[in-house]
Amino acid sequence: MSKQTALYQNHLDANAKMVDFAGWDMPINYGSQIEEHNLVRTGAGVFDVSHMTVVDVSGEDALHYLRYLLANDVARLDADGRALYSAMLNDDGGVVDDLIVYRMSFGYRLVVNCGTRDKDLAWMVKQTSGFSVHLSERPRLAILAVHGPDAIDKVCDILPEEQVEPVKQLGNFKGVELGDWFIARTGYTGEKGLELIFPEELASDFWGRLLAVGVMPVGLGARDTLRLEAGMNLYGHDMDDSVSPLAANMEQTIAWDPEDRDFVGKKALLKDKELQASGSLPILTGLVLEQRGVLREGQKVQTDCGEGVITSGSFSPTLKHSIALARIPLNSSSCEADLRGTMTAVRIVKPNFVRFGKKIFE
Amino acid sequence: MSNYPDNLKYASSHEWVLLDDEGVATVGISDHAQDALGDIVFVELPEVGSEVNAKDEVAVVESVKAASDIYSPLSGEIVAANEALVDSPETVNGQPYDAGWFYKIKISDETELDELMDAEAYSDHCDDD
Repeated sequence: MSKQTALYQNHLDANAKMVDFAGWDMPINYGSQIEEHNLVRTGAGVFDVSHMTVVDVSGEDALHYLRYLLANDVARLDADGRALYSAMLNDDGGVVDDLIVYRMSFGYRLVVNCGTRDKDLAWMVKQTSGFSVHLSERPRLAILAVHGPDAIDKVCDILPEEQVEPVKQLGNFKGVELGDWFIARTGYTGEKGLELIFPEELASDFWGRLLAVGVMPVGLGARDTLRLEAGMNLYGHDMDDSVSPLAANMEQTIAWDPEDRDFVGKKALLKDKELQASGSLPILTGLVLEQRGVLREGQKVQTDCGEGVITSGSFSPTLKHSIALARIPLNSSSCEADLRGTMTAVRIVKPNFVRFGKKIFE
Repeated sequence: MSNYPDNLKYASSHEWVLLDDEGVATVGISDHAQDALGDIVFVELPEVGSEVNAKDEVAVVESVKAASDIYSPLSGEIVAANEALVDSPETVNGQPYDAGWFYKIKISDETELDELMDAEAYSDHCDDD
C-alpha cells in the first residue's frame, strides 16, 4: 500500500502525474517540469514535501545528544528558530543522511529524508544511549515549501495578519513558531522562500489558497533540477553511507571547533582529512556540458588524474545546457564524460551553478 | 489520456507514420511516447539523403528523464528532417503529431506498412505498457 500525503487529492485535481517515491504516491510534475522549474525562478511555486520525516528532540540532554549525533554543531544555534544543515555520520565517517535541524522552544526539530526514514530513526534511537532525551516523530505534520522571488509576498498575502510581520522579518536559515505552525526561511531551490510545517488537516485548504493567489504547484522533477542548479546534494545519489562528507562537498558542514566536541564519525573523519591532505580522497565537483547532450547519473568520466563518476546530472532549464555533480580525483584539470559511448569534453566548475536565477560560474 | 489520431499508423516502438500520395511518409513519435519521456530537451535527427532500413536507429531524443532511441518504422531514403526541433525540442511534447514531426522518408517497400498498427491496435498496445 502506497502512502499518500494530505494533499493527494489536490495533486490529482491539479493534473499531477503521480509516481512512486520511496513508497509514497508523489507528483513528479503537473504537465511540464521545465515550466515548473522556470516558474520557481521567476515567480513562486509550491512543493508538497510532507513525505519527509520530522523528528522532534526534547529532554534535558537534547543539546548534548545532538552535539554528539551530528557532524555540525547545534550549539551554534544561539536563538530559537535558527537552523543549520548537517550530515549525520556513521562510525566509519560515512553519511547516514543529510538534514536540517532547527532550534525550537521545546528543544530541536530535525527534518530528514523520506527514503532514509527507517534507517535514520533506528540510528537516532541507538545513539540516545546515555542521554536523557525524547525523540518524537511527527507524521501528522504537513510540509509545504514555497519558493521564488514572489514566494514570501504571496504567502504573507494569505497568512493571518499577526503572522505577517514575524515572517517578513525572518533572515536566512531562521524560522518562527506561530501557534501550531512553524515557518522558516530554508529550502532546496536556491531561491528565497519559506518552508511551512503545520497540522496536515489544514494543508488542503492552505494549498488551495496559495494557488488562488497565483502560486503554482511544482513537482519532484523540477525540485531535482532546481536543487542541482543550486549545487545542493541529493542523498542516495551524491552521497550515501559509504561516502565521506569530505568527498561530497560537505566540508563546510563539519564543525571541527570546538576541538573537544566528540561526535559520531569524528575519528574516521580525521583519517579522511589525512587522505585528503595526501590527495587520495576524491572530491565532489561540478561539470558543465555547453554543447548538445545530457550528463546523467552513473556516467563514467575520465580526468587527467584518473576515473570518476557523475552522481547527479540533468538539463538545466535556467542555463539551457546540461550540468552535473561528479566525484573525481583531486586536482583534476580536464575531464571527459562517456556519453552513450562517445567521450565528450566537459568543463570542471565549482559545484554551484545558479543563484537567484543567475549563472554564477565562469 | 493519450491521443491516437485515426489517420496514422503506429509502430510498437511508439513511432507514427503518415503516408502521402507520392510514397513519402512523415514520421514522428506518439503522444504516449512524449508523455512517457517527459520534457524533451534535445533531438538528434537523421541526415537528409541517408538510406535506412526498418528498425534501424534513426534519431535520438534526450529528455529530462533519459535518452531514447527512435527506430525507423520503414525503409527508404530520408528526404527531409524537421530542423525546427533543433531549437524547439519542446514542440515534440506539445504537438507530437503536427509540428513535432521528425523526418520524411521516401519509402522503398510498401509492404512494411502492413506490419504497422492502426490507432485502435496501438491504443491497446499502449494499455498493456
